[in-house]
Amino acid sequence: MAKIDAIMGWKELDLGCVIRQPGSSRAFKTGDWRSQRPVVDRDKCIKCGLCWVYCPDLSMVPAEEGYYKVNLDYCKGCGICAKECPKDAITMVLEED
Amino acid sequence: MAKRIGMEVSIAASEAVKLADVDLIAAYPITPQTHIVEHLAEVVADGELDAAFVPVESEHSAMSCCIGSSAAGARTFTASSSQGLALMHEMLFIAPAMRLPIVMVVANRALSGPISIWNDHSDIMAEQDIAWIQTFAENGQEVFDLVLHAFRVAEDSKVLLPMIVNMDGFTLSHVIEPIEILDKAEVDKYLPPYKPKVRLDPRKPVSMGLVGVPEIYTEAKKATNEALINSKKVVVKAWKEFGDLFGRYYNPVESYKTEGAEVILITMGSISETAMTAIDKMREKGLPVGLVRFRLWKPFPATEFKKAIAGAQTLAVVDRALSPGGACGPVAEEIKAALYAERGRPKVFNFIAGLGGRDVTVENFEEIVSRAFTYAKKRPKQLYEMIGVREI
Amino acid sequence: MIEIRIHGRGGQGAVTSAELVAIAAIDDGKYAQAFPSFGPERRGAPVAAFIRVSDKPIRTREKVYGPNVVMVLDPSILKIVNVAAGLKDGGTVIINTSKTPEEMARLLNVKAKIATVDATKIAMESMGVPITNTTMLGALLKSTGIVSNDALGKAIDKRFGRIAEKNKTAFNRAMTETIVREA
Ligand code: SF4
Ligand code: SF4
Repeated sequence: MAKIDAIMGWKELDLGCVIRQPGSSRAFKTGDWRSQRPVVDRDKCIKCGLCWVYCPDLSMVPAEEGYYKVNLDYCKGCGICAKECPKDAITMVLEED
Repeated sequence: MAKRIGMEVSIAASEAVKLADVDLIAAYPITPQTHIVEHLAEVVADGELDAAFVPVESEHSAMSCCIGSSAAGARTFTASSSQGLALMHEMLFIAPAMRLPIVMVVANRALSGPISIWNDHSDIMAEQDIAWIQTFAENGQEVFDLVLHAFRVAEDSKVLLPMIVNMDGFTLSHVIEPIEILDKAEVDKYLPPYKPKVRLDPRKPVSMGLVGVPEIYTEAKKATNEALINSKKVVVKAWKEFGDLFGRYYNPVESYKTEGAEVILITMGSISETAMTAIDKMREKGLPVGLVRFRLWKPFPATEFKKAIAGAQTLAVVDRALSPGGACGPVAEEIKAALYAERGRPKVFNFIAGLGGRDVTVENFEEIVSRAFTYAKKRPKQLYEMIGVREI
Repeated sequence: MIEIRIHGRGGQGAVTSAELVAIAAIDDGKYAQAFPSFGPERRGAPVAAFIRVSDKPIRTREKVYGPNVVMVLDPSILKIVNVAAGLKDGGTVIINTSKTPEEMARLLNVKAKIATVDATKIAMESMGVPITNTTMLGALLKSTGIVSNDALGKAIDKRFGRIAEKNKTAFNRAMTETIVREA
């Protein structure tokens, strides 16, 4: 990655502040916003995929055997997956625990 | 050279847009701008112009559509007036920030209220800080020429900013007068096809119009402002080339009989022609008066202006808009700010005239000049005055 | 510079006739302006349109306050509008009326060249509608010669397309039937 925006001068900005590199937001890891982390209980999980549908940051990702797992690089701990899970298979646990 | 033909000025504006071979027009009808896009809708429907005409549901949508179109790399045009321009307001700032060379004709009309469909400059003066390049036309020929010039300047790779050509509603837009329409080959010599530096293209994705966090917003603003200030060089160069090709030369600031003038009238837009007639009349009587007009309004041509008024003791600035509760009209304000640091600066008196379609006559200009001569000897109490207002 | 004011009612073609004269004058190599009395267009309401014709470029955007020529498309306007307002000395008044110029001179109480023509009758007979603008242009041309017959004919052709012929018949009849009385 080039210089981060915060230290770029006005002459260095691209025309109209355009970003030419597609998918550059991948470099922006939202995982460190998290104070709670979702934990999936596979005994309760019915592999419905609703957590994957509802996660606003695409952080619930398909895992082996049709289960879903958390990508902790981006999961910001919002708890939407836990709220939407029809089987209460997701628990939010404090990060410091 | 093409023959002069009698034509409505609005139609001449749309003929220029047609000759510029635009790709997209998005507009919403509003008096007195309507004839421009009405005619464009016709030429698109008749197959004379291969462009998309998007009849949007509001001016806000018109500008949004233009922004999308220009971001995709299309040559883009719209036109508006008054309340329509006001409804575009929030979108107007986006286009220069994204460096999109949209061209717009504004048929200047008073802002409500009271409701007025008639001409003054209050609509455009409410948009002073949108970072668009802005020129003012004085007659129909200039409208035609300035529209072509606008595409040329806006799309220049050193500029890439949107541009407004202002023309007075009704007093220009609805007048039939002689206009020389260039032919396509001539226009092509002047206006190359638009080559965007960056554009929306699914094969080569980019992100445009992103959030500017506090760490970057200031730099982004500075970058756009510098581009606007620097656009003046291209504005001037493109006028020079226009003149070399077609014989009509334009300047950011135009002077008329300013030699030896003690009082200089300052105008903008179509009243300038009436002002010239007034100057002729006063000069015949031996009064040392001249006229200076702004053709380029933004970026404000301070250097050219100071040169144009050098030697005059008094300026009589005519504003076509009020800046309610402020120190003076918007043009006078800009002038005063530009002159403040100058040694031996002239006295500046401000007159608000021609609001909401009130005629500005030769007699009005004579009156303004005579007051300026008086005020030069004895400073008036008021900061500005409204010409012709009934004080009862 | 010649300044002309045309009085009519919305829908009678006052603006169109002003435009045609300006287009013809420019085609003749002169300079001209034509413009309406700016405002909402309402059918039937009294309206005015203006023309300036000059040999030199026209450098004014004032309204027309002191016309050299006044043309009245509809005689009923005379009762509600002072059509002679501001008329220059030695000016011309052209009226659509069945009355004679002498009668009109007395009625209007002006010292001016007066031309009259029964344009409503001519328009009805030639076109079947009481739209008098092109007919009155015949009267304007006969009494002032402000543009060439040729250029005006071309402007009418271009504006009216397939109904241009009828308009020209009315125009030509007015050229012969208009009665002009010098001041
Ligand atoms: S907590 Fe929020 S961000 Fe994390 S996986 Fe669940 S829905 Fe996604
Ligand atoms: S929403 Fe719950 S049950 Fe459905 S896949 Fe996700 S964890 Fe399993």
